Amino acid sequence: MPDAVLLSWRQYRLERRMFWRNPSAAFFNFVLPLAFLAGGGILLSGSQHDLNRLVPSIAGMSVMSTTFTALAYNTVFLRERGVLKRIHGTPLPTISYFGGVAANAVTNTALQIAIVVLAGRAFFGIGWPLHWGELLVFVLVGVVSLAALGVAFAHMIPNFESTAAYVNAVFLPVVFVSFYVFDSSSAPQFLRTIAEALPLEPLIRGLSGAMVTGASLSSNLDGLAVIALWGVLGIYLAVRGFSWEAART
Amino acid sequence: MSNDRGNAIEVRALCKRYGDYEAVRDLDITVRRGEVFGLLGPNGAGKTTTVEILEGYRTRTSGEVSVLGHDPAHRSIALRRQIGIVLQAGGVYGHITPREALSHWAHFYPHPRDVSEVLSLTGLQAKADVRSRTLSGGQLRRLDFALALIGDPELIFLDEPTTGFDPEARRAAWETMRSLRALGKTILLTTHYLDEAQALADRVAIVKDGRVLAIGPPRELGVGAGAGGTRYLVAYRSEEGELIEQETEDPTTLLHELTAQALADGRRLQELSVGRPTLEDVYLELTADA
Repeated sequence: MPDAVLLSWRQYRLERRMFWRNPSAAFFNFVLPLAFLAGGGILLSGSQHDLNRLVPSIAGMSVMSTTFTALAYNTVFLRERGVLKRIHGTPLPTISYFGGVAANAVTNTALQIAIVVLAGRAFFGIGWPLHWGELLVFVLVGVVSLAALGVAFAHMIPNFESTAAYVNAVFLPVVFVSFYVFDSSSAPQFLRTIAEALPLEPLIRGLSGAMVTGASLSSNLDGLAVIALWGVLGIYLAVRGFSWEAART
Repeated sequence: MSNDRGNAIEVRALCKRYGDYEAVRDLDITVRRGEVFGLLGPNGAGKTTTVEILEGYRTRTSGEVSVLGHDPAHRSIALRRQIGIVLQAGGVYGHITPREALSHWAHFYPHPRDVSEVLSLTGLQAKADVRSRTLSGGQLRRLDFALALIGDPELIFLDEPTTGFDPEARRAAWETMRSLRALGKTILLTTHYLDEAQALADRVAIVKDGRVLAIGPPRELGVGAGAGGTRYLVAYRSEEGELIEQETEDPTTLLHELTAQALADGRRLQELSVGRPTLEDVYLELTADA
């Protein structure tokens, strides 16, 4: 289906253009995680041990914000504004539309990870990633999983006005518990259990292995399996509940 | 379902139920190729539900539907290439310009119209390169039209295209619709404005509670459409200045009686007139709650 692939490419280019023209989307996707990185770097400077944990944590958070957060926002916005309904009435194949949207999310994540890796090398005393392949695997599985969860989560958000509340009610607790458990060896067991069952902490652990500690992929397979299982659930829920139009009032 | 070359849309015994609520009940319409067909009715009559079934957005509960020879429930790309849709409320990316939106949309279709031609047809040249979020309501509606036309569709659905317009914007939209018709396009228009149906539609179906109450050319709808046969309205002013209206199926006899009586009494029937019921009269009578 070369036609569908070509249309996917065109949709991708449109998504890129729209992304850069929307300052608030660019802010949430890029500036926020980098501000965390800069702020954390200032607070923790002098302790290489802490910086070694900060950088993969921010990398994991970046994956979540460029996929889960961005797609939940976008899906609700386009649905409530009637853009999705309009697109659904055209001959654009569904696969081409989502192909373009997904490729856009992948691009944002790749840019973010590149920035975090460069910043880690330039300012945080962390060298180039030790396992590029492992980094790629974790980023890819993380993107697919969290992007699907973002689209699935959008189904629960009733209108655009409440999107920030819904998204942050998930995003912030997940980030805090994952950061805390990843960083602290003395975290209470129940918090550890929760964090390890969520996708972000295993993702951070995997990224840490690839970027900092050199722990091999095979030692993080259980974490990869957790992320992948969330991905399967996310894809199922994203497809099953997808709505091209706002609920009628 | 066989599709006559002459018919763009055929709907037989269409029903749509939401739980216990019947939005559309046993609805029959046929839209010929090249005509402007109006679905006229009050809010909640089932107009949008019907149109969205024809557009492929909704599935039907029962009945037969054919749109350009396709069953819209299958949502085939072949059908969507031949139709253009102006939704009641369809949005567009806030940061896209009309020209960019049209260029992007044009790629969805095998034989799109020229972007600048569509911009000028819809009166958007002056706003072609500004972000859509800065467009006014009327300009956004033009963009809705433009996006529906870019694929050079055979059949265009317009769902309440001028609701909320000021008079000037409405006239402009009417002009656009007339030019589409002049291009030989088939148009299915829903509206709750009688003057819009009267001005634009070749034929009108008056719909209420999901049923067709009357169907025909707007000018002839008054004739034999309501209860009883052809009705005329005879009106005059009494000498006290009071407006008196009488309905009749036989204006000749009524006029003879009225004028004979008036002459015998030495009175005059001021402003005497005989009229046929307007579309508005028929509409109000048919859609009035019993």
